[in-house]
Amino acid sequence: MLAKRIIPCLDVKDGRVVKGTRFLNLRDAGDPVEAAKAYEKQQADELVFLDITASSEKRRIILDVVRKTAEKVFMPLTVGGGIKDLSDIRALLNAGADKVSINTQAVKRPRLIREASDKFGSQCIVVAIDAKLRVKGSPFAIQQQNNGMASGDRKGLSGKAWQVFVNGGRTPVNLDAVKWAKRCEQLGAGEILLTSMDFDGTKDGYDMDLTMAVTSAVNIPVIASGGAGKKEDFYTVLTKAGADAALAASLFHYRELKIADVKKYLKNRGVPVR
Amino acid sequence: MIAIIDYGMGNLRSVEKALEVSGAKDVFVTSKLKDIKKADKIVMPGVGAMKEAMQALRKLRLIEPLKVIITQKPYLGICLGLQLLFEKSEEGRSTKGLGIFKGRVVKFPDKVKVPHMGWNELRVKGEGLRGKLLKNIPDNSYFYFCHSYYVEPEDKSIILAQTGYGFDFTSAICKDNIFAVQFHPEKSQRLGLKLLENFVKI
Repeated sequence: MLAKRIIPCLDVKDGRVVKGTRFLNLRDAGDPVEAAKAYEKQQADELVFLDITASSEKRRIILDVVRKTAEKVFMPLTVGGGIKDLSDIRALLNAGADKVSINTQAVKRPRLIREASDKFGSQCIVVAIDAKLRVKGSPFAIQQQNNGMASGDRKGLSGKAWQVFVNGGRTPVNLDAVKWAKRCEQLGAGEILLTSMDFDGTKDGYDMDLTMAVTSAVNIPVIASGGAGKKEDFYTVLTKAGADAALAASLFHYRELKIADVKKYLKNRGVPVR
Repeated sequence: MIAIIDYGMGNLRSVEKALEVSGAKDVFVTSKLKDIKKADKIVMPGVGAMKEAMQALRKLRLIEPLKVIITQKPYLGICLGLQLLFEKSEEGRSTKGLGIFKGRVVKFPDKVKVPHMGWNELRVKGEGLRGKLLKNIPDNSYFYFCHSYYVEPEDKSIILAQTGYGFDFTSAICKDNIFAVQFHPEKSQRLGLKLLENFVKI
């Protein structure tokens, strides 16, 4: 039976891991390769590197990081952040990434998803979606209503709707998250990495409504992200909300939870894990 | 000497490094026929679409030579390297494979999520064959999968392992010197490296 996946995410800036590294007991705290090795030992099922390097001249550093990681760690590696075109994707895959995660550029130019999946196969194209609950009466909603756009929004089972944000959550765009996820699937995306901006960092658990709305709308794997705080949160999102994988960053960085303990808990509750 | 065949279908670096860690000496990545002929063993990785893979092999003029070479020395196919061994794929309209084995490559039905992505179990079928590729790998061990198509061999006796995903599909085959797996040993941590070590030692 296919196991549910637990995925730690590392933020990498200018080639260094930037969050929580001193809690991983690494010899070189900021070394992404060391961090990756530590997570491999802890039974992580996959690893995500999110490159948050701001300056474009330093962007090639991530390739070197990926190269070194892929030489030492024999587990699936997804890399996201700042991907603009097919040559960026090719460079990352050639460096040793198994999947790439596209966010802003997929929204700006959806055909990139089609081109990339045709070229490299759906299985390595992840679309990352940052979503935020659309509050009725917010300036954006009103503007949308005026444009006659809001009526077509697909409501989740909860009757809620979520808006897509790009540029690391800074810029709202005129897209409904559930509809966008479906469109990504049609364009050939192999997986959705779904982050709830409302729940991210709260430790109140994953956004069940958002996750459920997306998992029931698409037939590709969905990685839930944002909000994990305790073991039960993993259980509920992987079972009730239908997520295929659950991602967490700071929770694992700061050793508040160990991946092995989360898996043990899930196993005891009958969730298939490795 | 192990030749990893590079036909432009995905990153081969992980496979190369994983083989080295698994004890292989003299691993090299190549797309040249004379190098492939020189090697004692062949590894054929690759992810993506079979149609593009066959086109790439055709461009490299490797199709006809490979049909012969694959039957002559230890061969390990990974993912596309498994699928290419069969006659045809329903991918695109219809794509011809190398046709070493009878059978076809088909897409997972809509009742399961496609791609089949993540860690899933191997149920070993041929106990007699386990001695080689799956030596010291317990039944129901997890390996990493990442694919939308699977193989349906006509000759069921070549099935080495199956994996459940809505139904049981063939996840590893073996016949004489030919071994091929749908999953990625190079991404399957300890047991994946064990499998590669087994192949290195064959």
